[in-house]
Amino acid sequence: MNRESHRGLKFDWITIVLFLLLVGFGWLNIMSASHEGEITSYFDMSQLYGKQLVFLGLTFVLIILILSIEAKFYERFASIIYIIAMLALVGLFIFGKDVNGARSWYGIGSMTIQPSEFAKFATALAVAKYMSDLQTDMNTLKDQLRAVAIIIVPAILILLQNDAGSTLVYSSFFFVFYREGLQQIYLAIALSTIILAVLGLKFGIIITGIIAAVMIFGIYFFRRKKKGLSIVQSVVILLVCVSFSAGVKLFYQHVLKPHQQNRISLWLRLEKDPAKLEQMKKEEAYNLIQSEQAISSGGWTGKGFLQGTRTTGKFVPEQETDYIFSTVGEEWGFIGSSVVVLLFMALIIRILYLAESQKSQFSRVYGYGVASIFFIHFTINTGMVMGLIPTVGIPLPFFSYGGSGLWGFTILLFIFVKLDSNKINEW
Amino acid sequence: MRKLLLLLTVITVGLLFIARLFYLQVYKKETYSLFEDNAIRKVYDYPKRGYVYDRNGKLLVANQPSYDVMVIPREVEPLDTLEFCALLKITKEEFKKKYDRAYNYSPRLPSPFVPQLSKTDYAVLQEKMRKFEGFYIQKRSLRDYQTSIGANVLGDIGEVNRRIIEKKPYYKMGDLIGKQGVELSYEDVLKGVKGIKFIQKDRFNKDIGPYKEGKFDTLPQPGKDIKITIDSKLQEYGELLMTNKRGGIVAIDPANGEILALVTGPSYNPNLLVGRERNKNFSRLFLDTIARPTWDRGLQAQYPPGSPFKVINALIGLQEGVVDADDKVTCRMGYYYGSRRLTGCHHHKSPVDMNNGIAQSCNAYFVSTYRKIIDKYDDAGKGMNIWANHAKSFGLGNYLGYDLPVGQKGRIPDGDYYDRAYGDNRWGSTYIVSNAIGQGEVEATPIQLANMAAAIGNRGYYYTPHIIKEIEGDTIPSKYTTPKYTTIDKRHFEPVIEGMFDVYNKGTAATLRIPGIDICGKTGTAENFIKIDGEKTQLTDHSIFVAFAPKDNPTIAIAVFVENGYWGSRFAGRMASLMIEKYIKGEITRTDMEHWILTHSLENEYAKPYSGEPFKINGETTLQVIEKVQPPKDNDLNNSIKINANSTNQN
Repeated sequence: MNRESHRGLKFDWITIVLFLLLVGFGWLNIMSASHEGEITSYFDMSQLYGKQLVFLGLTFVLIILILSIEAKFYERFASIIYIIAMLALVGLFIFGKDVNGARSWYGIGSMTIQPSEFAKFATALAVAKYMSDLQTDMNTLKDQLRAVAIIIVPAILILLQNDAGSTLVYSSFFFVFYREGLQQIYLAIALSTIILAVLGLKFGIIITGIIAAVMIFGIYFFRRKKKGLSIVQSVVILLVCVSFSAGVKLFYQHVLKPHQQNRISLWLRLEKDPAKLEQMKKEEAYNLIQSEQAISSGGWTGKGFLQGTRTTGKFVPEQETDYIFSTVGEEWGFIGSSVVVLLFMALIIRILYLAESQKSQFSRVYGYGVASIFFIHFTINTGMVMGLIPTVGIPLPFFSYGGSGLWGFTILLFIFVKLDSNKINEW
Repeated sequence: MRKLLLLLTVITVGLLFIARLFYLQVYKKETYSLFEDNAIRKVYDYPKRGYVYDRNGKLLVANQPSYDVMVIPREVEPLDTLEFCALLKITKEEFKKKYDRAYNYSPRLPSPFVPQLSKTDYAVLQEKMRKFEGFYIQKRSLRDYQTSIGANVLGDIGEVNRRIIEKKPYYKMGDLIGKQGVELSYEDVLKGVKGIKFIQKDRFNKDIGPYKEGKFDTLPQPGKDIKITIDSKLQEYGELLMTNKRGGIVAIDPANGEILALVTGPSYNPNLLVGRERNKNFSRLFLDTIARPTWDRGLQAQYPPGSPFKVINALIGLQEGVVDADDKVTCRMGYYYGSRRLTGCHHHKSPVDMNNGIAQSCNAYFVSTYRKIIDKYDDAGKGMNIWANHAKSFGLGNYLGYDLPVGQKGRIPDGDYYDRAYGDNRWGSTYIVSNAIGQGEVEATPIQLANMAAAIGNRGYYYTPHIIKEIEGDTIPSKYTTPKYTTIDKRHFEPVIEGMFDVYNKGTAATLRIPGIDICGKTGTAENFIKIDGEKTQLTDHSIFVAFAPKDNPTIAIAVFVENGYWGSRFAGRMASLMIEKYIKGEITRTDMEHWILTHSLENEYAKPYSGEPFKINGETTLQVIEKVQPPKDNDLNNSIKINANSTNQN
């Protein structure tokens, strides 16, 4: 096979088409959500969609740049990229600029750059690099801790900047670790943690304790013969469970800020007093209610591009950024929003498929990281806009307005496209 | 297995999201309506309400602008209540009450806050309005009555209530709707269609421009003008004559069923029910349960018709072939059954034939005729049913089907009615002879009697009485232009009409003749009773008169009813005579008769039963003489609150 003559074709075009569809459709929705008055020109720089169009143009320059760099570069320089990204995050504490209470931006003239958007791909590269190291064995606690350290550093830095949403993204690396050999027990623990936390908040410690006890003793009786949990172990686990859910409750009551408490309370329907609930809804759920109403008013086919009354009336705050999906819902209806959900699913599944087919472990781990990051963004953002998940500020990849975000996701994706195109060279 | 975790999670989450979208957008969604979209402000443009003219084209009801302060409670921002209340001339407690009421109706929808500001209040408020978020001024049009007469006919408009809004969603809180009279019966014609503008709001409730460049906006369609059949001069004269009396006058044009005048006494100035004082005035009128000015006696009062009903019995007798016009009946000051006198009578020549029976209003003659009708068949019930059927063909005993919103059926008893009262076949014609002379169980409203006179004047048919003459760009319903025939043959009318003509020539109304006009009429004097402290007490007789004129091709049929006016020609006869002259000649030649009516009042008669003291009736009373009543001046409200004096007397 003549590799040289097929050079241009070896990129995964399915991924690229999916990317183009998402970015293009995303831009249309930004236009809808952000335009003020008549649309005179697509390049109207006074309007957000005009700016976004410029960011989009620059994105293509970026893509060409990424694709033209040799694939090996990313593996070799993974650590350095990671370190630069972490330094950029640290630098925020000194040079950063406060926007809406979060210190997440560098201001350069009128432009702002959000380094946390770039920290994601850097972390993904670092994790891939570390995992693909022959020395690394994910079955050992020491290496597990080291891997976790790679993601915990940016997570903590971002959390300190008051950007809880972006911090959550780093939990997506659990999928990567699990794929690369993390023991089953961690999955069990992760699931139990979530279940226990929700149960504890919703039904209280006693009921949670009873449910946990039933589960644990169930396991004790049914699996006694094979592996077995001793009575003592069972009791210890139960105690851990109960104290964990008690801990969650204490954390909820004393550590979380009131607005975070309210969000969770609304999500789990904890508040029973109608007057307080009403108050809470007014304070915290305004966005959510508006966004749900906007989506709901779309119906089967939506009101049409630029025709959404709530979008035009700017009823949903932050609609061009975190709440962009409500525009899709109102103007494109059930059909349009389902298509967007399917496009994201297709993109993530395609990346997963490509990752599995990688020969090099570095590429595979990185691909997994990309898929996981997209997945967590998509799930949290869309789930939040539809009212399935408590409110967490996190952008929808390729849809939400913002240059940093768009570039961050583009770099993340296209490094993988480049790595993937290079797999044939890695014999 | 490890490879599948993320894949399965992605698929699960994706499907979950699609399900959630389906729930939100398809399952839970109500059909989308611009009207319910709270991102769109609906601004209504109220059309001109149709004008009302009288039959000669005189403008009776026009419009005047009015300004309502409206509130959308959810959009109200903290404000300087003190200043706001001062501008609106309300107290802070009222403010709170009004606000709570509006909030209680709906926090999202506009409610009227202070309706119908005066022009000066509006001018001051308008400049400061922008300071009060959530409040705005809605322009509407109120009625402007160009006359002080005909309140019962013209009716009035008032704010819709919640029940109407639920039934007819066209109306929104604060809209005005016809409440009485032609305003109510021709609401759909008069109201026009509201125009609507859809305005896109942003989340701060600011208007940011027309929704879709006004594609769905509509222009208001003005209401249609109507012309009613009332002759305002005749109506005004009737109301003047009715001053200080209670009762009704109904004048109909027999040739087409048009209602020329519909007078009720006491009445009120329609301008009382316009503007901010409307509620107060309405309560005052409505709560006067003794004089009852809001009760249209011409349409709603059921009285025993008295002697005018005798002519119906004469006609039925002729139709059934049980009497002949020349048959004579001896009257010995009453009708005797064996040695028992069933009915008394007054002094007149005897024996009487039909002509004299009518002219002299002989009770004995009609009891005799009536008994012959009932006893024509072996079964009194059958005879009674046939009799009732004839009487009902004159529009008696049921709703006439005219186009005003109130009315009563009256009562024509039939065989079943007495079977229920006495038991099957346990009664006979002698039980019920009072019906022969329009007393007993027979009851009719003045408009039914006027219609009866029209049917007699037409020799056997009538048009359903109606108030509508013309609708701008439309025709009036065909039921008002098709004649209804009575069950009496045309040939039987002549002897009866001759009798009614002789009422004027030599009978009970001989003093009421109008030179140059042949009138046919019939006097009536009806006994009546009320309960005072649970005791049945007789009051002075009702004075009744029914007539049509001229004798051939009549142009007016009239019924006049004056409560407690004593004998028929005393009040009702005079008033009918004056009305007929006014209508046919346009002027009054017998000013002495007019003067008599205008200087005699029945108010003291009406006050008697409520005085708590024993009182005398009929011949033992003296009439109250007052200063001559002057015609009311238009727009002089107090002059026309004829109820004022009464209500203070009675308290």
